[in-house]
Amino acid sequence: MYKIIFNRPIANKVKHMRVKAPFIAQKRKPGNFVILIPDEHGERIPLTIVDSNPEEGTIDLIYQEVGTSTYKLGLKKDGDDLYRIVGPLGKPTHIEKFGTVVAIGGGVGIAPLYPIAKGMKEAGNRIVTILGARSRNLLILEEEMRAISDDLRVWTDDGSYGKKGLVTHGLQELIDEGLKIDHVVAIGPTIMMKFVAKLTKEHNIPTIVSLNPIMVDGTGMCGACRVLVGGEIKFACVDGPEFDGHQVDYDNLILRLKAYREYERISLERFANFYPELRDYIFGGAK
Amino acid sequence: MKNSMHMPEELKEKLRSRWNEDWRKQLRKKLKVKERMALERTPMPENEPLERIKGFFEVNKGYTPEMAMAEARRCMDCANPTCVIGCPVAIDIPTFVKKIEMGDFLGAVKVIKETNALPAVCGRVCPQEDQCEGNCTYTRMGKRPVAIGNLERFVADYERAQGEVEVPEIKVKKNKKVAIIGAGPAGLTAAGELAMMGYDVTIFEALHKPGGVLMYGIPEFRLPKAILEKEIDYLKKLGVEIITDFVVGKTATIDDLKKQGYEAFFIGSGAGAPWFLGLPGEELNGVYSANEYLTRVNLMRAFEFPEFDTPIPRGKRVAVIGGGNTAMDAVRTAKRLGAEHAMIIYRRSRAEMPAREEEIKHAEEEGIEFHFLTNPKRFIGDENGWVKQMECVKMELGEPDASGRRRPIPIPGSEFLMDVDLVIVAVGTKPNPLIPQTTPGLKLAKWGEIEVDWETMGTSIPGVFAGGDIVRGGATVILAMGDGRRAAKAIDAYLSGK
Ligand SMILES: Cc1cc2nc3c(=O)[nH]c(=O)nc-3n(C[C@H](O)[C@H](O)[C@H](O)COP(=O)(O)OP(=O)(O)OC[C@H]3O[C@@H](n4cnc5c(N)ncnc54)[C@H](O)[C@@H]3O)c2cc1C
Ligand SMILES: Cc1cc2nc3c(=O)[nH]c(=O)nc-3n(C[C@H](O)[C@H](O)[C@H](O)COP(=O)(O)OP(=O)(O)OC[C@H]3O[C@@H](n4cnc5c(N)ncnc54)[C@H](O)[C@@H]3O)c2cc1C
Ligand code: SF4
Ligand code: SF4
Ligand code: FES
Repeated sequence: MYKIIFNRPIANKVKHMRVKAPFIAQKRKPGNFVILIPDEHGERIPLTIVDSNPEEGTIDLIYQEVGTSTYKLGLKKDGDDLYRIVGPLGKPTHIEKFGTVVAIGGGVGIAPLYPIAKGMKEAGNRIVTILGARSRNLLILEEEMRAISDDLRVWTDDGSYGKKGLVTHGLQELIDEGLKIDHVVAIGPTIMMKFVAKLTKEHNIPTIVSLNPIMVDGTGMCGACRVLVGGEIKFACVDGPEFDGHQVDYDNLILRLKAYREYERISLERFANFYPELRDYIFGGAK
Repeated sequence: MKNSMHMPEELKEKLRSRWNEDWRKQLRKKLKVKERMALERTPMPENEPLERIKGFFEVNKGYTPEMAMAEARRCMDCANPTCVIGCPVAIDIPTFVKKIEMGDFLGAVKVIKETNALPAVCGRVCPQEDQCEGNCTYTRMGKRPVAIGNLERFVADYERAQGEVEVPEIKVKKNKKVAIIGAGPAGLTAAGELAMMGYDVTIFEALHKPGGVLMYGIPEFRLPKAILEKEIDYLKKLGVEIITDFVVGKTATIDDLKKQGYEAFFIGSGAGAPWFLGLPGEELNGVYSANEYLTRVNLMRAFEFPEFDTPIPRGKRVAVIGGGNTAMDAVRTAKRLGAEHAMIIYRRSRAEMPAREEEIKHAEEEGIEFHFLTNPKRFIGDENGWVKQMECVKMELGEPDASGRRRPIPIPGSEFLMDVDLVIVAVGTKPNPLIPQTTPGLKLAKWGEIEVDWETMGTSIPGVFAGGDIVRGGATVILAMGDGRRAAKAIDAYLSGK
């Protein structure tokens, strides 16, 4: 029913999957995500729709292999089926002409950043992009991002590519250069978004972040995805996933993302027992 | 019409003529009313509490044919069967019960299915004490009512065990497309009715399995999913198409569907959005909405983790806040997942609990601890952000409020701490705003329920009908089904008048 057109690696443990899902391809807008289930025993997991082709009826997903569900996805072959996929979910990004938009993406967060930056570009904004990765072989979508950016700078934690440092250093550099920034979109690890938002708050720059809490249904029915924004409980799947970066309680989100750590370990251990040949890939040299 | 308590002429006529049939007369003569009244209600055989809390198998085992016939003999076949008035879909109760007394079990199911397509479900989950059985003449006399629910369940199960369930022949094809939004009891019922009238019916369901609350909310030990699936298969045999993973309002709007040729709509999207309490600490790990907790366990089968990938924490001291069916389901699930203390925290007393009587009884037998007249004030977490304690306050009951129940009032200075490692909030749900937000012109009531004309279930938009929890804001399975039925009739009238 949901045919996988292709599924291929684009960086270490990061894969690009194209799936046939005509309804979703028709409706999706930048900022939307899907919930999918890899197989009949699987979990419902959210992934951002990175791109779509309404004529072909396909959508593109980019995911990092971090646990049972994403490793299961990684095993899918071209032509296989996905058990379930539903969407497009979440509020689309609010896109308008702000002026200069700084798009900041960290790690696999560059995937959800791409459609937003592209939408912002099409709305007539000047796009200055900062991409961050731990290391060169983890950097994704550089060419795609470059094609829609007026200026693009790469930062790596280990200095293996671009400049050595974090994306916050990159943002500080732009501020120091005196760039007039009208709007910031930052997507990446929660801790990264926290520090980007801290910096932009000091400089009074409106900032949007996209949150990635654990979800179940993705339609506002369970409350698993609740986050604290401005002291209020919001459901990221229907009220978000994008929120005002200056209002988000990041520390609570970081704690909530750890809620199932022990279960995730047990699950992955069990998965690895079924695929002994993947043990090294999963637990060995992740870097 | 919101809760129809009168009997229309047409129905009276049907009951009367059947009551006058020869076989009924003969049967009434077989036992005197006095003799019938002297019979004891046949108890439902149950699995032992200590056994059943070890698993998720069904608590009630069901009647044997002998038990069913014995119970059916108690029914006095009243000339004025008030039980029927209590049933929101007006099942011809005396006729089906008397068919059981005759041993004609398949005949009995046929009678039930005239107005209720899901008898195996309703026999199990209807709050009979408020509905059919609550209005049985026996109840009015202060005696235990005929076990109508148990009998209904028995014949439905009997029919299923026979193998092929009979599918009625659909005579005329109308060649008109109707879209049903949501595969809960309201949507399933409307779909079944419309399919039988000859319409091309498609159900769009957001989740990956149909059934609504029957699938994701009510646990296996009360309603085995295999039974639900069989009842849904029956609808498919009637020609109903079910498209899962389709969120109306997101995947396509009602307007989009209109362009695809759907001429009428029934919205049965339920009241799925959970209320939280708005208390400090509710964002902690280990605090769940009942919806999330039950969805993980029932829909995602977390009770079989790691066989299934979705996890659920197995708390040792579990506090469930609320007193309805949802709270009972959550607390009994927690018990089965190994809780040493599975506790109900309810701000009123036992008498005000809205849960079905049978669920409360089963919960008590299973060792659920009830903390009545108690309300939480805040949740306290450990250094990992996991809930470890709950501050509560004792309550007393004051004057009755708008709902007629006595209003609970906190007793100042009665605060105390309770150790917990899992909290499940089961204080009700509200309509999900997805459809209203994406359907311009849909008129809403106070909490976001869709406003309808109770005769036709028609909304403010011509051709768009609604029923079940999305209009009632949290009611019962059978009321949702009744709405689905009424709406189906009105949709037929609307489409034929066109
Ligand atoms: C709206 C939304 C959009 C997302 N888009 C993408 C995307 O485009 N590409 C992508 O790779 N990921 C995305 N994610 C994250 C993705 O859903 C998770 O990585 C995935 O659910 C992990 O499942 P798993 O079973 O493989 O790992 P698990 O076994 O569940 O977890 C393994 C590790 O990943 C962490 N983790 C679990 N869930 C999340 C989460 N929701 N976010 C971040 N870390 C998590 C855990 O803390 C744990 O350390 C998105 C999340 C949301 C909410
Ligand atoms: C835990 C629990 C226990 C209960 N126990 C009992 C009981 O014992 N007896 C009793 O009579 N009642 C009980 N109830 C209440 C009863 O289940 C509900 O009143 C009834 O299910 C309402 O039926 P419905 O068809 O209106 O909606 P639901 O059963 O809620 O079904 C709605 C369906 O619509 C789908 N949906 C929602 N939005 C969309 C959309 N935009 N597009 C597509 N699909 C959508 C949902 O996923 C869902 O499947 C219980 C409720 C709960 C939560
Ligand atoms: S449908 Fe419910 S109320 Fe009606 S007779 Fe059956 S159990 Fe009673
Ligand atoms: S009211 Fe009770 S006794 Fe009378 S017909 Fe109905 S079920 Fe039988
Ligand atoms: S994921 Fe269930 S409400 Fe958001």
